[in-house]
Amino acid sequence: MTLDPIFTTPLARPSRVPTAPSRPEPAPVELSIDGRAATVPTGSTILEACRAQGIDTPTLCFLENLTPVNVCRICVVEVTGSRVLVPACSRTVEPGMEIQTDSDRVRHSRKMVLEFLGSSVDLSLAPDVARYMERYGADPARYGPVAETVAQPVKIDNELYVRDYSRCILCYKCVEACGVDAQNTFAIAVAGRGFDARISTEANVPLPASACVYCGNCIGVCPTGALMFRSEFEMRRAGTWDEAAQTQTDTICPYCGVGCTLTLHVQDNEIVTVTSPLDQQITEGHLCIKGRFGFRFVQNRAEGE
Amino acid sequence: MDLRAVAPRPSPAERAAVDTVLGPPESGWAGGRRDSATDGHAARGGHEARSRRHLLLPALHAVQARVGWISEPALGYICRRLTIPPAEAYGVATFYSLFSTAPQPPAVAHICDDIACRVASAEAVCADLERALGPARTASPDGRTTWLRSPCLGQCDRAPAALLTVAGERPVSAAIAPADAAGILRQLEHAATGMAPGTPTSAPIGPSVPQAGAPGLRLLARVGTVDPTSVDAYRAAGGYRALERALAIGPDRTIAEVTAARLVGRGGAAFPTGRKWAAVAAAPARPHYVVCNADESEPGTFKDRILMEEDPFAVVEAMTIEAFATGAERGFLYLRAEYPLAAERLTNALARTRGAGLLGPDILGSGFAFEIELRRGAGAYVCGEETALFNSIEGKRGEPRNKPPFPVERGLFGRPTAINNVETLANVLPILADGAAAYAATGTDGSTGTKLFCLSGNVARPGLYEVPFGTTLGELLDLAGGVRDGRHIQAILLGGAAGTFVGSDRLDTPLTFEGTRAIGASLGSGVVMVFDDATDLLDILRRIAAFFRDESCGQCVPCRVGTVRQEELLHRLANGHPRGTAADELALLGEIGRAMRDASICGLGQTASSAIESALRQPGLVRL
Repeated sequence: MTLDPIFTTPLARPSRVPTAPSRPEPAPVELSIDGRAATVPTGSTILEACRAQGIDTPTLCFLENLTPVNVCRICVVEVTGSRVLVPACSRTVEPGMEIQTDSDRVRHSRKMVLEFLGSSVDLSLAPDVARYMERYGADPARYGPVAETVAQPVKIDNELYVRDYSRCILCYKCVEACGVDAQNTFAIAVAGRGFDARISTEANVPLPASACVYCGNCIGVCPTGALMFRSEFEMRRAGTWDEAAQTQTDTICPYCGVGCTLTLHVQDNEIVTVTSPLDQQITEGHLCIKGRFGFRFVQNRAEGE
Repeated sequence: MDLRAVAPRPSPAERAAVDTVLGPPESGWAGGRRDSATDGHAARGGHEARSRRHLLLPALHAVQARVGWISEPALGYICRRLTIPPAEAYGVATFYSLFSTAPQPPAVAHICDDIACRVASAEAVCADLERALGPARTASPDGRTTWLRSPCLGQCDRAPAALLTVAGERPVSAAIAPADAAGILRQLEHAATGMAPGTPTSAPIGPSVPQAGAPGLRLLARVGTVDPTSVDAYRAAGGYRALERALAIGPDRTIAEVTAARLVGRGGAAFPTGRKWAAVAAAPARPHYVVCNADESEPGTFKDRILMEEDPFAVVEAMTIEAFATGAERGFLYLRAEYPLAAERLTNALARTRGAGLLGPDILGSGFAFEIELRRGAGAYVCGEETALFNSIEGKRGEPRNKPPFPVERGLFGRPTAINNVETLANVLPILADGAAAYAATGTDGSTGTKLFCLSGNVARPGLYEVPFGTTLGELLDLAGGVRDGRHIQAILLGGAAGTFVGSDRLDTPLTFEGTRAIGASLGSGVVMVFDDATDLLDILRRIAAFFRDESCGQCVPCRVGTVRQEELLHRLANGHPRGTAADELALLGEIGRAMRDASICGLGQTASSAIESALRQPGLVRL
């Protein structure tokens, strides 16, 4: 007598990963950029249209994985019929739009934005900005040595990262990454008003007393080095930070089953920082405390090893 | 990592203040008494609590008015009740200048040192107070009082002005104008000794509206002649005729009338009101909202204040018509917090109209339902910008949104919203009551109807004047008795701090939208501020620069830093230490202004250099 098998072979899995049903291609929009006709999909932003045309449009507060806040105003372009310049990063294209990306007005506003930032914020760790400044002929020094700045002491209140708001251009990216765009922790927000506006925890308490979960996603999006790994900060202070000597290696995070891609930045056989690629489907550049900071065990070698 | 320690509990007074706005807490989760029978393990709050986010400002106001400042535990309690992250709520509380997140004495005198009051020796008042009480923002020795400087309080016709706020169980907020140091100190003394300060009775309106009672007035017809607290008096004086007609002809024809009258917005932007209403009425998304922009903060402007104080029922009626025309069931009246008398009169008007069936579920028996809520700002000029105003009502920082999308499409709470200035709404009543043709018969082709002008500075009879569009600047000044003390005009500021300076060679300019545009100026909010030849105009320009620096929301770079660089530049000019020559500085000012005008998000940054540049551009107007 044969017994019915208790375990059956599972059904064969479909041979391909199911995908969402295909959507109809968005209708193309025809417009002109710098006098040349261009066709881009409906719903594109002016920035996307410009990039598709190979036009290098400067951005500071824009990042592909965050909602555009259009506050830095460096991406402004001139649109025929619009009284003021419009931000390329957030404005969607319309049929027949005539866009100027290098007119006198555009160049002037971009130059002034760079001068305003350069004269009030420490931009020495923002490599793109120096390039833009040269392109637009910005001269931050012309506001004089007594021009007011946002200079203030570095906030070092935990082991994992430091906040140097002398370098902060108030791009809102860290607030977005801490909020609904990635982490949903809401530990930081903009407080104060005008030139005195600052990124702050509630009542400006130190990070360990705040809601911060140390995911480090704010560091990942910061364009000016205002937010920095403690490891990088200490190495820079000691003069041992050498970006040219670093290698980048992609691997998978060892901690949980999500499988985030980590990019290990290694200098002298030591992991110095960890990032994740922006275009990585799982992370979109964002990590958690373990993936971002939990790498020390790798280099805890036994004595003499 | 340490878990965050439980925040200290709010004081009973703080808790009671919040509970008067939000009601008692429902459970231990929301900061109420723990009760295992009701608390259980069920999550409460969620969407329901988050949808009450718009009560953040009212809750902050309640604590500020009860205790005099907003402590961390009080803020924490509000956050718990409304499910708001504390960092965000702190960001909101620190945005508004009338909220203090640092300990502050309960009795505070806010002294206006803005342009009109500056002309009227506000600096002398400040100096006297400094001698008596110590520097601004420091507590008096007994810890009960303090004083601080304030931007324009909208009492320019009775400059210099002050606003007294006293926190406590029965909080007081009252304007004092004209103010002198002795009077302010007396009021503070009253507050310090725990006596309710004698609420300064509102001055008789007569001097502020010299034309009061004159025949032929449209917008000021009832001002100074009809009891502003009685709905019966309002109806007897022709009130609610306009709404009755609107209900009779229906929404479409109501909008058609407003369009035919060619009414344009009086807040400064001069957008056609009929087009705005039609767009909201046609917007498919629901619900629709109407908002009355009563955040009048443009330095030198006080027209909306007088309309709301002296004819509050007109604002309520006009908002009701607007709601009927645009298909809204809910309206918000956003009033600047510096107008306590207007708040009192409007609150009364809302209650009276509700009682008389003129507001609520079935207005005038027509079946049309509409409700208005009064919301107060908290000291932020930028909230007069429509999208910043929406954010403020929604319980956020008053940061303007990028446009498009425009409010008619995505406004308050992301819904189609018709937002109009108080004076614009006041014009709707004669249009509906008497017909568009009769309305448009006054004024010029490009500017129909009449306009309110706020005259202040060195004029003989400062106050609010109503004249038909097309009246010349010179005629208007004559109406106000010309320059005080027989002196000569040095400059006239048209349109407020965001407006333009003109010289005495412009007195023949017709005051119309097209007429002022032709000379490179704008009517703005209707400010006409006169500076005689004894005024230090550079000092006035410096104050305007400081104003924009203080009031910039800080969101976009051109305005946040540009207003600071502009102020620094004017200090250099005023101190006689320009970088390079004065001409170099003027060229740099032009560059700063151009970038702010072109690249700022909202009108504040776009106009922050307008008045200053206009003054310095005209040869001989300002002595450098």
